Amino acid sequence: MQALYAQLLVGLINGSFYALLSLGLAVIFGMLNIINFAHGALYMMGAFVAYFLLNLGGINYWWALLFAPIIVGIFGMILERTMLQWLTGLDHLYGLLLTFGIALIVQGVFQNYFGSSGLPYAIPDQLKGGMNLGFMFLPVYRGWVVIFSLVVCIATWFLIEKTRLGAYLRAATENPTLVRAFGVNVPRMITLTYGLGVGLAALAGVLSAPINQVRPLMGADLIIVVFAVVVIGGMGSIMGSIITGFALGVIEGLTKYFYPEASNTVVFVLMVLVLLVKPTGLTGRAA
Amino acid sequence: MMTKSIASFLLGTALAVSATGAAFAQDKTVKIGALSDQSGLYADLGGPGSTLAAQMAIEDSGLAAKGWKIDIISGDHQNKPDIGTAIARQWFDVDKVDVIVDVPNSGVALAVNNVIKEKNGVYINSGAATSDLTNAQCSPNTVHWTYDTYMLAHTTGQALVKAGGDTWFFLTADYAFGAALERDTTAVVTANGGKVVGGVKHPLNTPDFSSFLLQAQASKAKIIGLANAGGDTTNTIKQAAEFGIVKGGQKLAALLLFLTDVKAIGLETAQGLNFTETFYWDMNDQTRAFSKRFAEKMKNNAPPTMVQAGVYAGVRHYFKALEALGGNPHDGAKVVEKMKSMPTEDDLFGKGEIQPNGRTIHNAYLFEVKKPSESKGPWDFYKLVGTVPGDQAFTPLSESKCALLKK
Repeated sequence: MQALYAQLLVGLINGSFYALLSLGLAVIFGMLNIINFAHGALYMMGAFVAYFLLNLGGINYWWALLFAPIIVGIFGMILERTMLQWLTGLDHLYGLLLTFGIALIVQGVFQNYFGSSGLPYAIPDQLKGGMNLGFMFLPVYRGWVVIFSLVVCIATWFLIEKTRLGAYLRAATENPTLVRAFGVNVPRMITLTYGLGVGLAALAGVLSAPINQVRPLMGADLIIVVFAVVVIGGMGSIMGSIITGFALGVIEGLTKYFYPEASNTVVFVLMVLVLLVKPTGLTGRAA
Repeated sequence: MMTKSIASFLLGTALAVSATGAAFAQDKTVKIGALSDQSGLYADLGGPGSTLAAQMAIEDSGLAAKGWKIDIISGDHQNKPDIGTAIARQWFDVDKVDVIVDVPNSGVALAVNNVIKEKNGVYINSGAATSDLTNAQCSPNTVHWTYDTYMLAHTTGQALVKAGGDTWFFLTADYAFGAALERDTTAVVTANGGKVVGGVKHPLNTPDFSSFLLQAQASKAKIIGLANAGGDTTNTIKQAAEFGIVKGGQKLAALLLFLTDVKAIGLETAQGLNFTETFYWDMNDQTRAFSKRFAEKMKNNAPPTMVQAGVYAGVRHYFKALEALGGNPHDGAKVVEKMKSMPTEDDLFGKGEIQPNGRTIHNAYLFEVKKPSESKGPWDFYKLVGTVPGDQAFTPLSESKCALLKK
């Protein structure tokens, strides 16, 4: 039984990453209608930026949490301005292919310079060590990841669903022409939204840097699972992707305990089941 | 115009005739295929570095000056046996490759082993670990150069059991390599009076090991044996530190650890780990000289791993056999037989031999990862702890089930 609690908690930790990443994807899909396949590469860039900030600029983890999402977010906004914006109104497939291509290029460039085994990034001193919870030894850093990403997820949800800015955003997705008529600069808002989604990915990258290796393929390994999470949660649904992210982390964690061989397929099995029963995803609205 | 074309036609015929004549006498063309994981979790320990090692072997052999024409091509098997065998088949059928080198990933390596035997090519495997390549699945076309699971089990594994680590829990990569390494290590553990109390098989290329590590922790085994490699091993070691596993009194046995893995983990976390390799760049003047030349050509200035060194040494020995044969007979089994009949000697692995089952025998070295304070350079990672002579490190022929030995 103790082991079970421990696995649940570990699942929650992985779920935090799924939630943060699928949240970014959901924001981008919900507001821009772009299936952002470059999300994994941008997540990886977040981790690399944190690495560079530390090793070249001497800027520590805490500042990296702030700067890496901004830097990668700006990179994302440049992508949106120069490439993605021309795809507005076209079929989803174009956006998917373009972002997939961008992901391959970014990964290829990083792999060329940094190889595949990755670079070490130490856990910040303040978060080193762990505490004994009785049923498991919880590394402080992992606990921090869960709490921090929960806060970020809820803040993002609040921003989009409960504030005036979020209302503009949602309105601009529904009817851009009308919103423009009210004097809102819709293209700029779209760019900023993409930047926000990308920033979330980069933030997840910084969070994961001390746990996983900072590797060029770290995003590629994760992105497919995250897409499954988004599909299960319902494309574009903010709360849906947050809840599904955490839930699937837990389910995956349990699988690792009961039948480890299936741990990297269980998410997809669930995806198939959900799509069979409810094709719009758990919280998705019918298109 | 007319005369010119007739002239060139005649010239062409003359060239063609002379070329056929040369081929008839002594064929001195060789084509090498370097098949590896070029971009995945094993790319840094083999990959482009292995291709470079093969190229350096070509240059250092000096065969070009003696009229040999040697080409090299490389391929990415992406850690998938079907892709690996498809490339191998194409290389033999279309590209007329004579020898395939490297091939990390035991699953791919075993699959490719069958293709090479079928096509009568030469197989110099350096990257794969499974001892089956020279045991149950041995082939007259195969030389397994650098290391294998039996050796890892009988060096690192044995040393740990003898030092009191008598209960083991395995974290095993769920494919041919992990299974072979767990099997060979389990045999050593039980033979030395130890006990395996449990284990868990994880999928290849797992980013998060915390669930598995918790199970290992709960098992209370003294030793947690890592029957995985590359990125999987580095992630396990890093995350084990996070979960306080070593501080809790359990010891990690990194059964297979490469130079590039230590680099990726960082000395701070990796220090004190015990493991075995058959080559380290900083062993003696010869290895240092080679490694310096190698690193200058690598894009991140990395010295060679033991896998890349094995590719170099294996290809050099292959060339020696071809020279002794006086030309390339394009008959894999014949060349491998010649390779086995000659003792091996090179700057990187020293003196050794290739056994009838295809296993190259040379010394194995027990290393310990240095403390950060002991490391004097960017790749100064290992302390030599002990040397195991080749005949004790590798499978004794009496224990081998290789069909080639029964003749």
